[in-house]
Amino acid sequence: MNTELLLQLTVNGLIVGLLYGVIAMCFVLIYKSTQVVNFAQGEFLLIGAWVCWGTLVWLDLPFYIGFLLTLGFMTLFGILIQAVFLRPMIGEPIISVIMITIGLSMFFQSLMKWIFGVSAESYPQVFETSVVNIAGLNIELAYILSLIFSVVMMAGFYWFFKHSRMGLAMRATAFDQQVASSLGISVSKVFAASWAISAMVSATAGIVIGMVNGVSSALSFIGIKVFPAVILGGLDSIVGGVVGGVIIGLLENLAEFIDSQYLHIGNLYTIAPFYILLIILTIKPYGLFGTRDIERI
Amino acid sequence: MEARKIETPEPLLSINNIEVVYDEVILVLRGVSLDVPQGQNVTLLGPNGAGKSTTLKAISGLLKTEDGEVSRGEISFMGERIDKKNAEEIVRSGIFQVMEGRRIIEDMTCIENLKLGAYTRNQKNINNEIERVFEYFPRLKERTGLAGYLSGGEQQMLAIGRALMANPKMILLDEPSMGLSPLLVKEVFGIIEKINKEQGITMLLVEQNANFALKHADYGYIMESGKVVLDGSREELLNNQDVKDFYLGGNDHNKSFKNLKSYKRRKRWL
Ligand SMILES: Nc1ncnc2c1ncn2[C@@H]1O[C@H](COP(=O)(O)OP(=O)(O)O)[C@@H](O)[C@H]1O
Ligand SMILES: [Mg+2]
Repeated sequence: MNTELLLQLTVNGLIVGLLYGVIAMCFVLIYKSTQVVNFAQGEFLLIGAWVCWGTLVWLDLPFYIGFLLTLGFMTLFGILIQAVFLRPMIGEPIISVIMITIGLSMFFQSLMKWIFGVSAESYPQVFETSVVNIAGLNIELAYILSLIFSVVMMAGFYWFFKHSRMGLAMRATAFDQQVASSLGISVSKVFAASWAISAMVSATAGIVIGMVNGVSSALSFIGIKVFPAVILGGLDSIVGGVVGGVIIGLLENLAEFIDSQYLHIGNLYTIAPFYILLIILTIKPYGLFGTRDIERI
Repeated sequence: MEARKIETPEPLLSINNIEVVYDEVILVLRGVSLDVPQGQNVTLLGPNGAGKSTTLKAISGLLKTEDGEVSRGEISFMGERIDKKNAEEIVRSGIFQVMEGRRIIEDMTCIENLKLGAYTRNQKNINNEIERVFEYFPRLKERTGLAGYLSGGEQQMLAIGRALMANPKMILLDEPSMGLSPLLVKEVFGIIEKINKEQGITMLLVEQNANFALKHADYGYIMESGKVVLDGSREELLNNQDVKDFYLGGNDHNKSFKNLKSYKRRKRWL
């Protein structure tokens, strides 16, 4: 057995999985506080990555300015999408809401192709070296950046929901909108904030991936990969989303290992997570962390 | 004869002949008027379905979250009209509603619930405020788990504590005794009275449990089918024969004010 490859793939899996976890958190954030299943989550990555790329390549701005501009843009974008498309859908059947987000997903995918073209583009070199060697493993610098990004985002989310005033307000709104109103929380402000944060963090994830793999419509496919992660975690659990993401990342790479070493089917890594998802959901229909109501004693 | 209403220049809260409709068609309140003077503990009594909760939600603005609206009349608080304001603005102006069924946030701890009570306030002295709430409800301090696992009585205490955190001028309480054992009801009412006296927070308290509510109240209103049918000071109501028959230990539950002669007389007289 090729242990070095296995180790390398496990590390990859963990790093990519944590990134999936961050995107899953963004998805769960919207689902929990606004009850919208956002099929356009992947497009947030895509748009963020392209807009940032545009500021660097077309406008020739330094990275940190382009990045901050992108964050500002995504905040407005998230709020606008919520206000224009999703707010009027409050109280409509969930299937109509899903159709809207699928529609948005297709629209923005095409729009990005129209504006930025169909070929993949790479980011200008932001850092000097691209590969670092840690304990004999070749790890791309971008992967390390991605790891740092994921961990910081997770810690940030934890702090935000545990200690910040807005984070608590979001959890209250997710629990019961009427109760939130009775506490003086503006539910529409919470909705706007959820979409803004989700769009901003997803876009950052898109930029990080874009730096590794280049920007292309493949980015929006990550939104689809995050579904198994989120459903595995239980749809309404942020921790579940993270765990689900890591599991999917590891499974993908494990499947890649088995495939390349023994089976030689090719592309097993893209479908394996979905098979595992089916199996887990058969055993645990609420996902690993999905909540049912607390029984009061 | 005693004066019907307690003499004050201007009540803190004044409801003037309001009508409330749900879903634009269901008329639930049909001309309700009541006054709550500053610093008092006023109780609103009546059978299930009379419109007590609707009255409280009309004041707190929560009606709008249920597709209800004040379609006629007006509500003023400290001389300002509030019936067109939304719930957020009304909390900020100093009215806090503790909803029926406590409605604490079950997947949060006590402290997180309390912090949320102070959502509209300056967050600076929040830990002191939490300590102040724990002085009224010492047993909450020991509960560090999720609020969903608290007993009914503790959840009610948490709901009241959460209201205190907002530092309101007035608290609206919707059936705090619901589902509690008599001993706990006594404890909860005792604390409400203490808060009313010590903090000077005006209370408007809705109850079906007239015995307890009246004993602690300064003034009471009785509602039936969307209207106030009787009001008076504690003594007046406690000594009123109809109230005695129907609400205080009356065991004949088929009786209603509508069937009582004296009530009919009063109505004609009005
Ligand atoms: N959200 C609502 N939509 C429609 N009707 C309602 C709603 N809430 C209450 N009602 C009706 O209004 C009447 C008064 O209800 P409520 O104010 O809850 O009474 P109470 O609190 O005195 O028991 C009842 O007949 C009830 O069915
Ligand atoms: Mg009620």
